[in-house]
Amino acid sequence: MKLSFDIDSFRGLLAGDAQADRVVPPTGFTAWLTLFSAGAMAFLAVFALALSLATSRLADRWGDELARSSTIRISAPEGQSIAQTEAALRMLETTPGVASARALTKAEQQALLEPWFGPDLPVDTLPIPQLIEVIEEGSGFDAAGLRLRLSAEVPGAVLDDHTRWREPLVRAANRLRLLGWISLILIAGTVAAMITLAANAALSANAQVIGVLRLVGARDDYISGAFERRFTLRALTGAGCGMLAGVIAILFLPSAEVGGGFLTGLGFQGWHWIWPLIIPPLTALVAFLATRAAARRTLGGMS
Amino acid sequence: MIDLENVAFSYGGGELLSDISLKLSPGSFHFLTGPSGSGKTTLLKLCYGALIPTAGYVHLFEADVRNMERDDIALARRRIGVVHQDCAFLDHLTVADNIALPLTVSGRDTLEEVANLRELTGWVGLTQRADALPPELSGGERQRAALARALIMSPDVILADEPTGNVDWEMSQRLLRLLIELNKMGKTIMIATHDLALIRAAKAHVQARVLRISNRRLQLAGADL
Repeated sequence: MKLSFDIDSFRGLLAGDAQADRVVPPTGFTAWLTLFSAGAMAFLAVFALALSLATSRLADRWGDELARSSTIRISAPEGQSIAQTEAALRMLETTPGVASARALTKAEQQALLEPWFGPDLPVDTLPIPQLIEVIEEGSGFDAAGLRLRLSAEVPGAVLDDHTRWREPLVRAANRLRLLGWISLILIAGTVAAMITLAANAALSANAQVIGVLRLVGARDDYISGAFERRFTLRALTGAGCGMLAGVIAILFLPSAEVGGGFLTGLGFQGWHWIWPLIIPPLTALVAFLATRAAARRTLGGMS
Repeated sequence: MIDLENVAFSYGGGELLSDISLKLSPGSFHFLTGPSGSGKTTLLKLCYGALIPTAGYVHLFEADVRNMERDDIALARRRIGVVHQDCAFLDHLTVADNIALPLTVSGRDTLEEVANLRELTGWVGLTQRADALPPELSGGERQRAALARALIMSPDVILADEPTGNVDWEMSQRLLRLLIELNKMGKTIMIATHDLALIRAAKAHVQARVLRISNRRLQLAGADL
């Protein structure tokens, strides 16, 4: 069995052949099966795509932003905190690779703790360590060297360059992105399987029609073309509707700014909104190839 | 044109046809007769490549059918008009669309061909029924529509399987006259039928060779025909 694909045949297929389309009678349930499965899968594909792109952005942000900043925590006995903070800041001013360093204000520290302890936390009365935010420049600073100097001159200082918790987060985000792409591949496979089933059912139901077409000299290309066109256009229509529904659903998700969490960031940003538009033609292509394979196999098996 | 050489065909473990040799020359007229189940339809199917012989050779326009791709056989069929026993229409298409089907599948549905279609539909007396659906036709109308479809591509050979099986005597005579007229236009005709009266009527107007399938073999029919 020869299974060929070229752009011309796909273009000719989309251009249509009204006469050829009429020779195959309309089929009820396979039409709905194709439309529904293509629509449902396109809807899911929009979310899988959104998940992939959102996690990709998240991984990039965590990777970039956190890699460019570090935190120094000063846990000194009462009365020494201010002095050790100033000492640490002075040291940071002379450390190569440090663009800026500043001690967080009480209000900023309170804001950091607010999600856990609420807005009325009395920061002044609690032994909360002072935090210093360090912004890197160029290739960054020598973390090991800075730790040594801090341990010698600022005994209450602990340098956290975020490596310990940034890497698992970035890894997790990358895994989620991979999961999203795998989901897209599975969705494409499911579309192919559903359309193969529907095409096989349609071909079996139309065995008599195929017999008549062969009797009058129809070539296999003509017969399979009639089915390919039908299923491809159905899949395109179904996927178009599903994609539209998926995009609308994404639009109605709460915005990232309002919720502030990861899940609310699920969606498309900027030119990424173009990506869902690729889903219907891709679904049509999958349908075309699946129907062509099914038709060639069935026609090859018929005498 | 169509050449069968020592052909045998087996089906379901039993041999249906054995050692069949037949040559359909241009302009010849053949009747194929024999009792029901003797293999007339099978022999016709071998003649248009719908079946592949289990032994021997079938040549369609010089090409060995065993070596032909399905698409090659499809192209050969455009030169062979087949009138199927049950007419084999697509019931969702009109009579005109069914008659034009060979043109449609070969991409020849041009304006000129459409004019030929009108002429042919008129020739078989179906102008008034062109927009009807096949289930709405009488037996005779169906046979005439099937004949028109077999002729639309102006084939070299016409193979008709019991073309008068479902029609009355008057209609069968009319169909026969159409086929004789086509033969006089140079077409090769082979009609499978068990209607001996039809054969006798034809022999009064045309030089026809009558073949009979008997005991799986093909023989020339006797003088009684």
